[in-house]
Amino acid sequence: MDAELLARLQFALTVGIHFLFPPLSIGLAWLLVVVEGLAWRRRDPAWESAGRFFGKVLALTFGVGVATGIVMEFQFGTNWSRYSTFVGDIFGAPLAAEGVFAFFLESVFLGLYLFGRGRVSRGLHWFSILMVAVGATLSAFWILVANSWQQTPAGFEIREGRAVLTSFSEAVLNPSMWVRFFHTIDAALIAGAFGMAGIAALWKLRGQGGAVAARAQGLGIAAGLLFAVLAVFPTGHEHARQVARTQPEKFAAIEGLYTTQSGAPLVLFALPHREPPTLKAKIEIPSLTSWLAFGDPGAEIQGIDRFPADEVPPLWMTFVSFHNMVILGMWFVAVMALGAFLWWRRRLDRTRWYQWVLVASAPLPLVACQFGWVAAEVGRQPWAVYRLLRTADAYSVTVGVPELLFSIVLLGGIGLLLVGLYLFLLMRQVSKGPDAVREVA
Amino acid sequence: MDLGTLQTIWFVLFLVLVAGYAVLDGFDLGIGALSLLERNEARRGQHMEVIAPVWDGNEVWLLTAGGALFAAFPPVYATVFSGFYLALMLLLAALMFRGVSFKFRNQVASPGWRRFWDRAFGLGSLVPALLYGVAVGNILKGVPVQQTAQGFAWQGSFLGLLNPYALLVGVLGLAMFLTHGAIYMAHKAHGEAAASAARKAPWLWLSWMILWGVTTGISAWQAPHLFEGATGNPLWWVTVLVALAAMIGIPWALRGGRHGVAFLWSCAAIAAQNGLAALGLYPRLVPSSLDLAGSSLTIHNASSSERTLGTMLVIALVGMPLVVGYTAFVYRVFRGRVKPGEYYGNH
Repeated sequence: MDAELLARLQFALTVGIHFLFPPLSIGLAWLLVVVEGLAWRRRDPAWESAGRFFGKVLALTFGVGVATGIVMEFQFGTNWSRYSTFVGDIFGAPLAAEGVFAFFLESVFLGLYLFGRGRVSRGLHWFSILMVAVGATLSAFWILVANSWQQTPAGFEIREGRAVLTSFSEAVLNPSMWVRFFHTIDAALIAGAFGMAGIAALWKLRGQGGAVAARAQGLGIAAGLLFAVLAVFPTGHEHARQVARTQPEKFAAIEGLYTTQSGAPLVLFALPHREPPTLKAKIEIPSLTSWLAFGDPGAEIQGIDRFPADEVPPLWMTFVSFHNMVILGMWFVAVMALGAFLWWRRRLDRTRWYQWVLVASAPLPLVACQFGWVAAEVGRQPWAVYRLLRTADAYSVTVGVPELLFSIVLLGGIGLLLVGLYLFLLMRQVSKGPDAVREVA
Repeated sequence: MDLGTLQTIWFVLFLVLVAGYAVLDGFDLGIGALSLLERNEARRGQHMEVIAPVWDGNEVWLLTAGGALFAAFPPVYATVFSGFYLALMLLLAALMFRGVSFKFRNQVASPGWRRFWDRAFGLGSLVPALLYGVAVGNILKGVPVQQTAQGFAWQGSFLGLLNPYALLVGVLGLAMFLTHGAIYMAHKAHGEAAASAARKAPWLWLSWMILWGVTTGISAWQAPHLFEGATGNPLWWVTVLVALAAMIGIPWALRGGRHGVAFLWSCAAIAAQNGLAALGLYPRLVPSSLDLAGSSLTIHNASSSERTLGTMLVIALVGMPLVVGYTAFVYRVFRGRVKPGEYYGNH
């Protein structure tokens, strides 16, 4: 086994585990801003209970997210020292800004939110959950700035083999930043909405929860429908258009376009084969990719054949993860649209099979997040920084295979243990129902 | 502002973040380590409860210091973190267990479950409290780094990090955090938990004082470069006086039972002792034990560009006053002694 592969494996494992939690935290935090706001202004005991319960879920999610996230601040240096030296002049600033503007804000105010109930005024208590949501969103903003710069670097020049900043605003506002930010935050809101609606569904199926379950599910379905639609259009659509323009080989890989063609079709479904890269059992709509990406059904789209073999990302994994994400995205719209329909017809509580669908769908947005992340990051390969630094030239040469194996087992093991404990404790909280919550955070 | 000035400013700002971490997370790490000595489950739980609303924000000082190091001095971040590899993995494992112990411990009412997470909290605090000093000790003494055409190359091993001098500084750091934690505990906890901490505090202070003296003496022999430039610098002497005054202030305030005042002295002593170490290092960030003059990482040969340092300075000047402001506000909200069960409920 070589060090590059192990370093990548470790990064994928630790980030993958960590990335289960922040989307849920961000989504729940914004939903709690609404819940706590309604509890405060309407003096409604059901919203009040919902706030207490989901506040507790947020505390648990946030706590495991922080614990699994500490690794991130250090592992660029530990495992990717050549990368860190190359990009430090640019990449470090957003990471530091994340600490200054985001981590402090969310952590300090989460303490106030969780332990300040009854100790501070209602207004200040609501303000504290708002600051948690803002802080968590800013955290996503800065880390996505850093990630986007890896994908579409801007505002720099190469001096003595290092990227040196020439314009901070150009580096921050690089071509993929805003679309990536909005699409990712939207995904987080979907995760929160499905989590809330799914937990409420479980209560309803057990005859638990009463008004709390009804309110939480209503909010979950309303937010879920809104953000599931926005995830497809405009955020998902615009993100794909950006990839088509700025990273054409990634676009060809995720869309499964192996040969250059005018009027490229949109592949809805296919079974990809690895060698030679071909798509079997294809279902496609003619010319649609050309039209969606460039507004012209006849536009030529560069296929994988246009690029040197050593500059092409892995085809199978990018195609599969991207398409699974898209399929899940469609599923989210369908589930929430159906929920809104049943709600409007006042059949939500009677339609037990639909409640089961909500329960089963609750974790799927997090799965979709993982697929989207794999498509984005594997699609960036073989580059650590697109067309500037290869992943093969980025990992730490001083860290050997035994050390890497040790840390993979250690950090991966702890990470998986924490995921297991998180699920166990979450299910315990849920099964106790919304009214069993005491002043415990 | 020219590059040299910005490099010095960032040296100072990085020190502020590290010292801020030592002062703030220092007491909650110390309290966690102290909890290992407590046999009574309820009183052990109080250790966690006393710091429940604030520890998370305190830990952010470490993360931000890491980010700032990456941004301002990337070669230091890259070289030192990959060199300290196994030590850092150990630190991360400890912080992961510690972080979740706050959320997990009181979720299941089983003695075994609680004992496990108490242990995770205690050991997860002890390990970082010790490694902090071990890391500082290695930096002070110098690490095996060699400048090559490809940049700075690490030539050491994990066991090399566990040298006697670094371990001594590690124990010094532990004594510092234990004292700091005991004083905070005496100030914030309720009943026997507070009284027990108050009884320990003077003895912990004594060990800290002795270790600080011994370490300073041995440093003159093990790391003479720390004193070369520094002793001619008036600021160094002022910092020595502040550190001494603060160290004397601690037992003086403890004797009067004024634990809040003793805590402020303890904060000052930790900040001043970190400041002394930094003044000794300046302008080096990481002395090379192989070639002090030619291969050390300094603020000049290991910094980011003028534009990055300038941009980062704006970020720090806008952001950090806000951070200090709302952190102080939240500490004020949670002022006063913490009654058992106040935050985690009675079980």
